Amino acid sequence: MRPASSALAGMFRKLNAWLDERIDLTGMRELIRHKVVPVHRHTIWYYFGGMTLFLFGIQVCTGILLLLYYRPSAEEAFESVQFIMTEVQFGWLIRSIHSWSANVMIATLMIHLFSVYFLRAYRKPRELTWVSGMLLFGLSLTFGFSGYLLPWNELAYFATKVGTDVAGQVPLVGHFMTRLLRGGDDVTGATLSRFYGIHVGILPLFTTGILGLHLFLVQKQGMSVPPEIEQGGRPVPTMPFVPNFLLRDLVGWLSALAVLGALAAYFPWELGVKADPFAPAPAGIRPEWYFMYMFQTLKYLPAKIGPIDGEMVGVLGFGLGGLFLFLVPFLDRKTARGEESPLFFWIGVGVVTYIMVLSLLGYMTPGGK
Amino acid sequence: MRAAWLFPSALMVVWILLAPGEAAAQKLPEGNSCVECHRGLGDPRVTPPADKFPQDVHLAKGILCQDCHGGDPSNFDPQGAMSRTKGFIGMPKHQAIPQLCGKCHSNATYMKKFNPTIRVDQVQEYYTSVHGKLLREADQKVATCINCHSVHNIRAIKDQQAWTYPAKVVDTCGRCHGDPNYMKGYKVATDVVGKYKKSVHYEALTKKGDLSAPTCNICHGNHGATPPGLDSVANVCGTCHGLTAEYFGQSPHKKAFAAMGLAPCVTCHSNHDVEKPSDAMVGSDDKAVCVNCHDGKSKGYQSAAGIRASLDELRGAVQRAGAILEQAEKAGMEVSLAKFELRGASDNLLKTRAAVHRFDAEVVKNLSDDGVQTAKKMYAKGEQALKDLRFRHRGLWISVGIILVAIAGLVLKIREIDRRQREG
Repeated sequence: MRPASSALAGMFRKLNAWLDERIDLTGMRELIRHKVVPVHRHTIWYYFGGMTLFLFGIQVCTGILLLLYYRPSAEEAFESVQFIMTEVQFGWLIRSIHSWSANVMIATLMIHLFSVYFLRAYRKPRELTWVSGMLLFGLSLTFGFSGYLLPWNELAYFATKVGTDVAGQVPLVGHFMTRLLRGGDDVTGATLSRFYGIHVGILPLFTTGILGLHLFLVQKQGMSVPPEIEQGGRPVPTMPFVPNFLLRDLVGWLSALAVLGALAAYFPWELGVKADPFAPAPAGIRPEWYFMYMFQTLKYLPAKIGPIDGEMVGVLGFGLGGLFLFLVPFLDRKTARGEESPLFFWIGVGVVTYIMVLSLLGYMTPGGK
Repeated sequence: MRAAWLFPSALMVVWILLAPGEAAAQKLPEGNSCVECHRGLGDPRVTPPADKFPQDVHLAKGILCQDCHGGDPSNFDPQGAMSRTKGFIGMPKHQAIPQLCGKCHSNATYMKKFNPTIRVDQVQEYYTSVHGKLLREADQKVATCINCHSVHNIRAIKDQQAWTYPAKVVDTCGRCHGDPNYMKGYKVATDVVGKYKKSVHYEALTKKGDLSAPTCNICHGNHGATPPGLDSVANVCGTCHGLTAEYFGQSPHKKAFAAMGLAPCVTCHSNHDVEKPSDAMVGSDDKAVCVNCHDGKSKGYQSAAGIRASLDELRGAVQRAGAILEQAEKAGMEVSLAKFELRGASDNLLKTRAAVHRFDAEVVKNLSDDGVQTAKKMYAKGEQALKDLRFRHRGLWISVGIILVAIAGLVLKIREIDRRQREG
C-alpha cells in the first residue's frame, strides 16, 4: 500500500498536468523557479510586506464571515454585533480576530512602510511600487476609520464625530467633506450606512486593484537591495523564494495566527455600550492608536495660529506631511543619483520619533480610555 | 503646551476676581429719594434696605420701595417723601406683614402680569397654619412671610441663594425651630433640625442633589405649615412613596395602627431622622422593627420571618447573578444582554421591598419568586459565559500546540532544504 503522501503527490501531479494542458503554466513555473530574495543583514524587513498581506487575507476572510450576521443600521448594528459575540458559534473569535488583526496589520504596514523608507527602496525603478504602497497605507487607515463606527457603540460614535469634525477643518472643502462623510450634518444612521458601504464595497474594490498593481510591480522588479549593500562591490547572495523564503514566511504567519488567537481568547475585543446620540460624550474619547499622534497634536494646538484656526493648521500640516511621504521618490534626488541622502534619513527619524512620542503622550494624558 | 493653557487660565482667574460678588445684583433706580437717603445717610440702622435691595426679585420686576411702604420717592424733602398723606406706612408691624404682601400676592389679576400660573392663595393658606393662627393671637415671635423669604433681598425660589431653595429650607426653618431659647414657650421639639440632617432625605437632597427629596415644607406644607395628624401621615409619605402607601392601605396594619393610636410610617421609620431602610428592618431577629410589637408566638412574627426569607432569597440571587456576570465581563466576555435582563430581577427586588408594606408573606413571596427565577437564569448565563471562557482558553492552547508543531515541522524542513542546497 502506497503511503498517503505519495498518493497526494500523485494527485497533485495529475492536477498540474490537467491544468498545464489547458492553460500553459510554463510562465508561472519559470517565475517561481527564478524568483529569488536577496540575503543580507536587512533581509528581515522583507518579511513585513508578506505579513501585512497575510493579515489582510485574514481581514478579508473574517470580514466576509461577519457580513453574514452584521446588520448596518443604527437600530440593529449594535445588537447584531452583540448577537455575533454571544450567540453565533465562534462569532466572538471571528469578531475579535477581525479587530485585533486590523490593528496588527496597520502596525506591520507601518513597519513595512518605514523599513522601505529607511532602506531607500523607493528609488528608481520602484517609484510606482512606493506610490501604490502609500495608497494602500491610506486605504488601510480609511478601512480602520470606517470599520471603527460599524459596531455603533458609544466610543465609536463619538470618536467618529470628532474624526469627521476634523475633516471639516480642511480649507474650502471641509464642510462639504464632513457632510459627505456623515451623509448629513450629524453622525446618524445615514453615516453608519455610508461607512458600511465604504468599508465593504468601495475600499475593497480600490484595495484589490492597487494591491494587485503593488504585487505585480514587486514581482516584476524583484526585491530591492539597500544602496550601500548593492554598491559594496560583492555579489549579493540570494535564496529561492519558493520554497526557502515562502516557508520562512509561513513560520511568521503561523506565529501571527497564534498571537491573534491568544489576543482573541484572553482579550476579546470589547463591545461597550450602544451609541446614544442624545447622551453627552463620555470622558476621554480617543481614536484608534494609529490616529493618536494626530489627535494629540490637534489637542496641543492653540485655537488660533495667527488668523487661521489651529485645527486647520494641524490638518494642513498632516496633509502636507502625507503628500511629502507620497512624493519621496521624486523629491529625494540624491538617492535617485545613487548618493547618500542624510537629509531624508533624518526626516524619517524625525517622523517616526514624532509619531511615537505624540502617541505615547496621548495614552499618558489622564482621563482617557 | 503649558503656555497655551496658562493664558486662558490666567484670564479666567482675572475674570473671576473682577466679577461682582453678587452675580444677580441689579442697578437701583436713579433719582429715587428712598434709595438716595437710605444709601447716603451711612447710618447702619437705615442703610440695610438700600444695600440689600439690588438682590431682590421685586426690583427685577420693577417693584420699588413705595410699592410696599408708600410715600413719594420723587420728593427729596424727608417730610414730603415720608408723608402719611402720600400713603407712607414706614416699617410695617409684624402682624400686618401677611396682609401687606397679600396686597399684591393675593391679587390674581395683578399677579398674572408677572406669571399667568402663579399661586395667589398663600396668605389664605398662611392663616390655616400654626404660624398664621398664632399671629392672629398677636404672637410677635411667630414666622410671617419675611421670616422665611427674607426682606429687601427676597429671591425667587429657584435661586440657589434663596432661603426657600430646597437645600436651604431646613436652615430657614431651623433658625427658629432649631433654637431652644427662641422656641421656649412653644410645645415643639427643637432637635428636629439635627435629626433631619441625619436622614436619608437630607442626604438625597444635599449629597445627591435630588431636589425632589423632601425637606420641611414638603411634609409640613409651606405657607400652611402644620404638623401632620396621625391619620394623615401615610398620605403625606404616600405623596412620594405611592406604591408603598397603597400596599400599607391594604395591609392589616392600617386598622391595627389606627386602633392602637400609632402613626403609620413613622412608627417603624421614624419621622425626621428617617434612615435608609434596609431588609434587616423586617423579620424576626433583634434588628427587625417587627419584634417591637410581635412576640414569637404571634402570626405576625411568623409572617415577618417569611417576608424576610423571601427578601433574603431574592437579594442573594440578584447579588450572586450580578457577581458572576461581573466576573465574566471582567474576563472579557460579552454579557451585557444578561446584565440588562438582570435589571428585571433588581426591579423585582424594589417592588418586593415596597410589597413588604402589605405585610402578607404570600404576596411578597409571589413577587420575590419572579425575581428569583430571572436572577437564576442570569446566573446560569454567567456560569455559561465562564464555561465558554474556559473552553476558549483550552481551545487556544490546543491550537497553539498544533501551530507550534507545524512551525517546528517547517523549521526542520527549512533546515533540510538549506542543507541540501548547501551540499548540492
